Amino acid sequence: MRADALAAVLLIPAFAAALLAAMPGYRITARINIAAALATFISAVSLFFSRPQPGAYLLVDDLNSTFIVLTTFVGFTTSVFSASYIGHELETGRLTPTFLRFYHAMYQVLMFAMNLALVANNIGVMWVAIELSTLTTVLMVGIYRTHEALEAAWKYFILGSVGIALALFGTILVYMAARPVVGEGLDAMVWTTLIMRAGAFDPALLNVAFVFLLLGYGTKVGLAPLHAWLPDAHAEGPTPISAVLSGLLLNVALYALLRFKMLLAVNPAALAPGPLMVTLGLISLVFAAFMLYRRRDIKRLFAYSSIEHMGIITFAFGMGGPLANFAALLHMTMHSLTKSAIFFAVGHVAQVKGTQRIADMGGLTETNPALGWGLILGVVAIAGMPPLGIFTSEFLVVSSTFARSPGLAVILVFGILVGFAALFLRLNTIAFGEPRGSTAKAEASYVPMFVHFALVFLAGIYIPPALVAWFENVAKLLG
Amino acid sequence: MTGLDFDVAHLLAGMLVLISFLELYQDRLYALLNVFALHALVLALSVAWQAFIQDAPHLYVTAALALVFKAVIIPVALHRIIVRLGIHREIENVVGVGPAMLTGMALVALSMVVMLRVTQEADPLAREDLAFALSVILLGLLMMVTRRNAVSQVVGFMSLENGLVLAATGAKGMPLVVEISVAFSILIAFIVIGIFLFRIRERFDTVDLQALDRFRGERR
Repeated sequence: MRADALAAVLLIPAFAAALLAAMPGYRITARINIAAALATFISAVSLFFSRPQPGAYLLVDDLNSTFIVLTTFVGFTTSVFSASYIGHELETGRLTPTFLRFYHAMYQVLMFAMNLALVANNIGVMWVAIELSTLTTVLMVGIYRTHEALEAAWKYFILGSVGIALALFGTILVYMAARPVVGEGLDAMVWTTLIMRAGAFDPALLNVAFVFLLLGYGTKVGLAPLHAWLPDAHAEGPTPISAVLSGLLLNVALYALLRFKMLLAVNPAALAPGPLMVTLGLISLVFAAFMLYRRRDIKRLFAYSSIEHMGIITFAFGMGGPLANFAALLHMTMHSLTKSAIFFAVGHVAQVKGTQRIADMGGLTETNPALGWGLILGVVAIAGMPPLGIFTSEFLVVSSTFARSPGLAVILVFGILVGFAALFLRLNTIAFGEPRGSTAKAEASYVPMFVHFALVFLAGIYIPPALVAWFENVAKLLG
Repeated sequence: MTGLDFDVAHLLAGMLVLISFLELYQDRLYALLNVFALHALVLALSVAWQAFIQDAPHLYVTAALALVFKAVIIPVALHRIIVRLGIHREIENVVGVGPAMLTGMALVALSMVVMLRVTQEADPLAREDLAFALSVILLGLLMMVTRRNAVSQVVGFMSLENGLVLAATGAKGMPLVVEISVAFSILIAFIVIGIFLFRIRERFDTVDLQALDRFRGERR
């Protein structure tokens, strides 16, 4: 039983992918997709209760079980959303049944790749898993085969490949640093061994390795000078993929970075990884906040908002310490839930209006009250208004920063406020005023969206002590 | 380790850096592909030599992969694609040979300074290999930045990846090297298929739709 839950987290998506690749028919495959995602989620939750011993390839600890549960949960709700979204795409003929089959299979391969990256105990396996997730998302971004979609996929492909190439060089350097201490062979790539012996590694080599890993995995996190692929990939792919990209894949890349940050933290002579992450995080935050003003495409708007929030999260992890790490974990969870819910709403809005241009939308609260108010709730949440969950986590990030370095906190608050104003400016045109564009009713599934919002709302008012204790524990682990 | 082992490995790795420079100033696509095939061939030799001196038979798989896949199949496939897309006469807007070469030299100097300084405790062969590998990687990146044509960007990416394989095989006893090189080959195969299927010619550096239409002409 012990190892079974871990195996299930990996094998269910893998088998489901094979099955979905072979099965025709939209209704049944969409349901299988949901069922597989649900089963994966349940086995991920059971990892809390029975945890296998870390092996040479796989590992479950407090840190990654948090990530896995979040990933599989959002993966499950997105599959529910995807079923109704894709149904509409089939009707309008944007997707053909063949491509749909491909889409479902790829969705499960992506879940497999993300779970593998999260449970990998071997830095080589982790790298391969992240490469696999890049490949699958590239294919899905380009699935509509329009000029723009292909352009976005190509850009993502090239930038993502360069990113993972740099990350591989960093991984090789970590191995080189570990080899004299741990010895040749597999052990020198096993993370649990590395973290125990990292104190004796050559600090200079570790430093250079971390710079490459930061640039490499940072590209996949979407940190600011390396973010160019992100808005395009979000805007041109199917919306469920935008939700998974923003809500999950960025987290997975950040998780890889955190693992290496922990390695450096153990070695007293190595450079402190914090300031690098703080700098990149702040640049991303401020840059993305200003970019929010000029956006004309609704999915691009929220893609830039993702860069902004990943900046905040990277910043908080870079600050380190129990409080900032706690805030970062909470913020990451809240951002995943909120941003994927926003994309659920945006996906249906774009389908109803037949466009993604913000200028062609308007008066959503009149024509489609549930969607309109859902979107408003989402924007209110993502902008960080009380009493929603993101307010709590942003407040924690800001207050913990003020206590330690007020100068950085000023920049942080400035960035958050700029982004806040931009989002509300755009929201006004979309949700209120004269109805513009098509006024057709949406055949939407509101359940996943409102479940996410309910969780975010709940977290803003009351976080269960058990969860607080859990996050505190993980925050301590991160150092 | 005998002197000969070291010298041959050093020679092959150094040749890779030189061939990267050769790639940098090719402005015809055919010539670029030929130089790349040479790059992959030297990589295969270098990996095979590493397999021999490290007594690591699994590295022969990586060497064979480099030889068959990257030195033969990919160049031939890209050759055909160039003919099909009708871009074989195209002369590329390289930044200018002078500045590109100077930047390349600066990058090599940078990687020598960085890698040789941080790896003082590692064994000499691995040290030199890493320094050369980083040079090849940075030169590959430089090529991707200075080229506008999708095919030559891919060639840049592949020579970058050759640098990674050089680094991975130079790190003695590193596990998963074969798996990683297979994963990379799959990635490259996808890129090449993508170029072919979607007739990607230029790097897309504009979001202006009309400009895109003009750039990509007949595509669907």
